Amino acid sequence: MMQNTEGSAIIRMFHVHKRFGKKNALTDITLDVERNDLLLVSGPSGAGKSTLLRLLYLGEALSEGQILIDGMNLSRIADSRIPLVRRQFGIIFQDYKLIQTKTVYENIALVLEVKGEKTRFIQKKVTSVLRTVGMEERINSFPPSLSGGEQQRIAVARAVVGDPKIILADEPTGSLDSESAKIIMDLLLGVHARGATVIIATHDKEIIRDTKGKVIYLKDGLMMEPPMIEPLIEKKKTITL
Amino acid sequence: MKTELLIFFIKRAFQDMNSNRFLHIVTIITISLSILIVSAFGLFFTNINDIMVSWKKGVKIMAYLNKDVEKIQLPELKQKILSLYGVSAVRFIPKEDALEELKRQMKRQMALFENLKENPLPDVFEIQMIPSTQNWGKVEILAAQVEMFPQVAGVEYGQRWLGRVTGIFNLFKFAGTAMCLVFFMASVFIVANTIRLLFFSRREEFEIMRLVGATDGFIKAPFYIEGIFQGILGGVIGILILFVIYVIITSNVDPGISSGFFVMRFLPISISMGIVFSSMFAGWLGCYLSLKQFLKY
Ligand SMILES: Nc1ncnc2c1ncn2[C@@H]1O[C@H](COP(=O)(O)OP(=O)(O)OP(=O)(O)O)[C@@H](O)[C@H]1O
Ligand SMILES: [Mg+2]
Repeated sequence: MMQNTEGSAIIRMFHVHKRFGKKNALTDITLDVERNDLLLVSGPSGAGKSTLLRLLYLGEALSEGQILIDGMNLSRIADSRIPLVRRQFGIIFQDYKLIQTKTVYENIALVLEVKGEKTRFIQKKVTSVLRTVGMEERINSFPPSLSGGEQQRIAVARAVVGDPKIILADEPTGSLDSESAKIIMDLLLGVHARGATVIIATHDKEIIRDTKGKVIYLKDGLMMEPPMIEPLIEKKKTITL
Repeated sequence: MKTELLIFFIKRAFQDMNSNRFLHIVTIITISLSILIVSAFGLFFTNINDIMVSWKKGVKIMAYLNKDVEKIQLPELKQKILSLYGVSAVRFIPKEDALEELKRQMKRQMALFENLKENPLPDVFEIQMIPSTQNWGKVEILAAQVEMFPQVAGVEYGQRWLGRVTGIFNLFKFAGTAMCLVFFMASVFIVANTIRLLFFSRREEFEIMRLVGATDGFIKAPFYIEGIFQGILGGVIGILILFVIYVIITSNVDPGISSGFFVMRFLPISISMGIVFSSMFAGWLGCYLSLKQFLKY
């Protein structure tokens, strides 16, 4: 995993630690994510998957180490440039983070509004992305009136609408049946195919098994080699057989 | 692009205000009441000031001369007085004329004058001032200067009480200004409080906005528009209410009484605009004070 050879990596983490008080949420993570990689971050609940993603979009400050995003050192960045860093990401939050008092349209449009896009362009983009996730009928609904799965689809739509360089997806299929999960995964794979770097945190073994990409495994904040999940896949196979 | 962004923020500000109508209406009403009180003071003072100015216009300084002043000295003295700062005209009133005048005014008490062996009145110089220097302090200074001439026995300047009234008036003015400041601060705190409440009620929303890349300014701009709008609207409403009250009062006062005395007038446009502007500033300041501690990354 220590592949600091070439400078093409879009995300580089060097000996990153994250502590919450005495608790080590992440310990000594060193990791390069190349442009257009598809990275799966797996591991049990509480392993530190969400924390890892949060460090990348500056949702949390790291305790020790360095993170470079496209050459920018996150520890040295001026406060005023934090929004610019965040606009490089399309983020699907584990808890969706939709604004409850704004419509589906407004929630998705927000991503483009903060970038100062024109209204006409925003309208076109939002309608088209809603069609892709199959939610165009609910354009004027408010999140509380949507099911968990529907909200998750809106969260995905918001993450991809701005054509970001990097997608950070925290359990993007967490509350979906396998059918809807496949739609979302196909959508993310489509974005990946068009050149985006995609990082998916998940403990869904089927996704890990079925997705062609790099896999890292976290446990108690420590990064381990992917082979550790091999037995799971074998087990799964024996069950399905 | 700049104006497009501004329109976007204004739209958002008005949407926000619409969804929190009650809070905004209460704020605007409170501001307009403060403005009403402040501008009522303003109205009172402009009119009192008008009255004072019209009284002071009639101010003349009478310089009573010593009995032993020779007639030949008069032209020179007159010239000296004329050369003093602020003097526009000097008229000599001989004691004979003064006595005639007195006799004419007191025809019925003519008997009083019959046993007079000599004229008890002094010669007088009546000094008029250039209108622009008719501020009370200047009148006093000039009077003191005139009194210094050895030939002058004493001076009298019209209504001495005017000086005392001016003092009281200035005291009121000071109190009024202090009160205006208090109400200005009240408006600032009202706006600050409203904005703070709104901000707290929506901080989750703003947290999400920041996570998708919104800048500080993007989130705060609508609040500034709201604060400024509350200030302007509160100011305009306050002054309009005062205007209505003014119209009601002036149309109910018998014109016979008021016209002989003075004509009450409304706040000049410049002062009204100034009041609305400071109300707007209060809105901005309230916003600034309540938002500056929020949104630290
Ligand atoms: N803000 C915080 N304060 C204190 N502890 C935290 C905080 N955020 C996370 N943790 C702790 O850090 C550890 C990793 O949390 P994290 O949310 O990254 O887990 P995860 O791998 O995403 O789990 P899940 O699969 O359940 O989402 C957990 O033990 C959690 O309790
Ligand atoms: Mg998580």
